[in-house]
Amino acid sequence: MTVYSYDNSVDEIKPPATSVGVLGWMRSNLFSGWFNSVLTVLIVALLIKTVPPFVKWALIDSHWLPSGVGCGDGQGACWSVVTANLRFIIFGFYPHDLQWRPLLAMIILVVLLFYSQNRNHWRKALVWGWLVGLAVMGILLRGGLFGLPVVESSQWGGLPLTLLLSVFGLTAAYPVGVLLALGRQSEMLVVKSLSVVYIEMIRGVPLISLLFMSSVIFPLFLPEGVTVNKILRAQVAIILFTAAYIAEVVRGGLQAIPNGQYEAADSLGLNHVQIMRLIILPQALKIVIPPSVSILISAFKDTSLVVIIALYDLLKTTKSVLSDPKWMGFSAEAYIFLAVIYFLCCFFMSNYSRKLERELDTGL
Amino acid sequence: MKKLGFVGVMVAVFFMVGSATAGTLDDVKAKGYVQVGVNGDLFGFGKPDGKGVWKGLDVDTGRAIAVAVFGDPNKIKFIPLTAITRFTALQSGEIDVLCRNATRTLSRETALGLNFVQVNYYDGQGFLVPKALGVKSAKELDGAAVCVLPGTTTELNVADYFRSTGMKMKPVVIENTAELAKAFFAGRCDCLTSDASQLAGTRAVAPKPDDYIILPEIISKEPLAPVVRHGDDQWYDIVNMSVLAMINAEEMGITSKNIDEMLKSKDPKVQRFLGVSPGNGKALGLDEKFAYNIVKMVGNYGEVFDRNVGKNTLLKIERGLNALWKDGGLMYSPPFK
Repeated sequence: MTVYSYDNSVDEIKPPATSVGVLGWMRSNLFSGWFNSVLTVLIVALLIKTVPPFVKWALIDSHWLPSGVGCGDGQGACWSVVTANLRFIIFGFYPHDLQWRPLLAMIILVVLLFYSQNRNHWRKALVWGWLVGLAVMGILLRGGLFGLPVVESSQWGGLPLTLLLSVFGLTAAYPVGVLLALGRQSEMLVVKSLSVVYIEMIRGVPLISLLFMSSVIFPLFLPEGVTVNKILRAQVAIILFTAAYIAEVVRGGLQAIPNGQYEAADSLGLNHVQIMRLIILPQALKIVIPPSVSILISAFKDTSLVVIIALYDLLKTTKSVLSDPKWMGFSAEAYIFLAVIYFLCCFFMSNYSRKLERELDTGL
Repeated sequence: MKKLGFVGVMVAVFFMVGSATAGTLDDVKAKGYVQVGVNGDLFGFGKPDGKGVWKGLDVDTGRAIAVAVFGDPNKIKFIPLTAITRFTALQSGEIDVLCRNATRTLSRETALGLNFVQVNYYDGQGFLVPKALGVKSAKELDGAAVCVLPGTTTELNVADYFRSTGMKMKPVVIENTAELAKAFFAGRCDCLTSDASQLAGTRAVAPKPDDYIILPEIISKEPLAPVVRHGDDQWYDIVNMSVLAMINAEEMGITSKNIDEMLKSKDPKVQRFLGVSPGNGKALGLDEKFAYNIVKMVGNYGEVFDRNVGKNTLLKIERGLNALWKDGGLMYSPPFK
């Protein structure tokens, strides 16, 4: 047996202090060249210039009391505009003492969304859970059953309306979009051309014009005295619009599937519906998760365009509050509050999509 | 797919078909409420407060109509409308009457097929300037940068005014009332132009209201009135008389507070007005007490004015043209007999 011995008399040479620890990290990440060094210095200077004043404005000097005491001093932020009008911003015209109902409906929605996030929970029971949940939410909002007073849809507003328009808009638009994409790939001429005309027509106009048509032109075609619910009109416009975009994204996914997959499926003796449902769509839809989610996110934000047809969604209730002379000067605070709500929703969506991508990644 | 969407819409239509019959009054009675188109964002005229309760001069006018028909100010639905959707909503029957600070003009009366009833607010376009500018009259505004909202008649009026007086202006167009006011206070323009009623509101939110003055010139006529569709004279009369009842009550000195004493009045004019001696209600197809109910539940014109835009509010608007004719204004009611 050989014994190796080390000469302990020589000290280990430590790496230079500038290449390990905090200093080393800074050197390799922030000051790795003259260009990066200049950038770092500039950015730090910018942060020093902006962050402390913002913190001072938003937190230290700010006013929070609903009464708006001290807001006129022009120093800090006046969050009173939010705290004083929170219930109107969130719930719009929903009767004051019944606002627990939309609140409960939103909580149910959030719980369902979070529960569905985990793919281990994806069972038949979850589908039933969603159906029951949606029914309960509908009853809570609308009332009329179990002794709950009826609240007309014209009184719905704020965050529940935004969520209603986006959740229903997106869930209804997705299947329509998939069908349109399949239609566009179809070999049947009528189906194909109808799909192409539809997609190109809708994509050729902005959402605002669709909303205008649904609220200004469409009612003129109806016989006098016949009216269609305003929310429904906007909802249909949003669905039609989003579906066209989803269709093109899904078509991209369909084209990415190699021909071999179709041929292999054919050779197994599957019919067209089975090929699509079992082989092609599962792969195609997985590919298009990132672009689909960006469409969903932009559609979610687009729901705020219903402002122009005077539906009281989250943005409109806020604007309405800001038109009160008492709060007119504090639009920045109110819009920051809105931005935070929108950011949270969108961040949740994109986070979820990344998670789905990772879990569904089969290495193909 | 397009068809599918369309079928969906049509199905929805049939679920929501309202009954379309000859008279608006019958429709309204069958529905059980009046549908009133309002502004939604205009403080003092039509806007929900922090609890979602509608407040404003136009809103109270709508309530007066509901009271006239049902004797109940809550049998009403407010439909907020934008400047663009308001007339379509009326034409398509989505609303029964429009109380949304709409200016009465010839083309709207004719080409749009609408009828404006008694004016409930005489407005006019003016200028708000900082005192520091040293301007005493709109005629000295040559070369000024003018802050103005786009899309309304306001923009057109100010352009006309500067052209007709041979002056030059630089328009600064900003979409949102609140942002427009901010830009003006920040000094991005020399003056702000809008309807005088709104200038009062803008001035009220100025960092230092006393640093700003409203110039004496009023450059446009804006008689704001409720609107109904052509072709239903009975409904026109009801809406018209509901507004006039409030004016007439103020003229007779009847308020929501003293009205029950006035019921005992020996004055035949008061008796006829309040329905003590019947006739007026039957002629309109309404309850004989409709005027009594309006004043009792909503108030006379002076009360409604003070409550929403007058001296008790942030707007602090003077009566001016909206005073009774006896006090030098334009509010004048025909006799109720």
